[in-house]
Amino acid sequence: MTFIWAFLIAGTFCAIGQIILDNTKLTPGHITSLFTVIGSILAFFGIYEKLINLGGGGASSIISNFGYLLYIGALEGYEKLGILGIFSGMLTKASVAIIGSIVFASIVALIFKPKD
Amino acid sequence: MNKDDYQKLVKKYEPKENKLENTIYAFLIGGLVGFIAEGLNVLLMNFFNLSRILASAWTCLIIILTASLFTAFGFFDNWMSKAKAGLLIPTTGFAHSVSSSALDYKKEGLITGLGSNFFKLAGSVILYGILSAFILVIVRVIIGV
Repeated sequence: MTFIWAFLIAGTFCAIGQIILDNTKLTPGHITSLFTVIGSILAFFGIYEKLINLGGGGASSIISNFGYLLYIGALEGYEKLGILGIFSGMLTKASVAIIGSIVFASIVALIFKPKD
Repeated sequence: MNKDDYQKLVKKYEPKENKLENTIYAFLIGGLVGFIAEGLNVLLMNFFNLSRILASAWTCLIIILTASLFTAFGFFDNWMSKAKAGLLIPTTGFAHSVSSSALDYKKEGLITGLGSNFFKLAGSVILYGILSAFILVIVRVIIGV
C-alpha cells in the first residue's frame, strides 16, 4: 500500500509543480525554492510527517522533504539546547542532501567533460 | 506589416505546449521516482536491517548520485526537458542543478568558475529553505506548542 501512496504523493507534488510552471512566469528555480518552503510549512502543521508515514519514499524523495528536514532538525535542536539549538541543529538532518550533492557533483566535474 | 499583425503571426507559429499532457507526464514520471525511492527504501530496510529514517537517507544519497552521474553522461538534460516538473520536484532536480553548473563552469577556473557558480541554482533552495524553517521554528517557539 505504501507503494501506491508513494506514487500518488510524489506524482501529485510534481503535477502541481508542472501546473504552476505552465501557467505562471515562474522559472524552475522559483519552483524548487517554492516547494522547499512549502515542505517546511507542511512540516510546521504536522502534515509532512503524515505524508512520510503514508508514502515513505514518495514523500522523502521530493525537494519538499529538504524543507521538512530543516524544520525538524531545528526543532529537535531547540528541544535539546534552546535558542542555540535552532542554529546548531538546523542542518543536522538535511546535511545528507547538501553534502551528497557537493561531493558527487565535485567528483563528476573532475572526471567528466561537459556535453554541449 | 504593422505591430498587431506581427503579434498575431508570432502567436500562430509559437510552439503550442499541451498543458494537460505536460501535467500527466509530470505526474507519471514524478510518481515513478517516488515509487522507485520507496522500492529502494524497502530493499535497504530488509537487506541491511536499517530503520526507515536511515534507509530514506541512503535512498536520498543514491538518488543524488544517480542524478549526478546521468547529468555527467549528458542524457539527463534531455530527460529534464521532457519530464519537466516530474524530475524537477524530486531531489533529482536539486542534484542536477548542482552537478550541471559544476560541469559547465569548470572551464572558467576552480575558484572563479566552479567555486563561485556551484550553488548558483541550488543556493536559493538552501537559502529560502533555511530562512522559512528558521521563521517557522521561531513562531512555534513563541506560540509554545
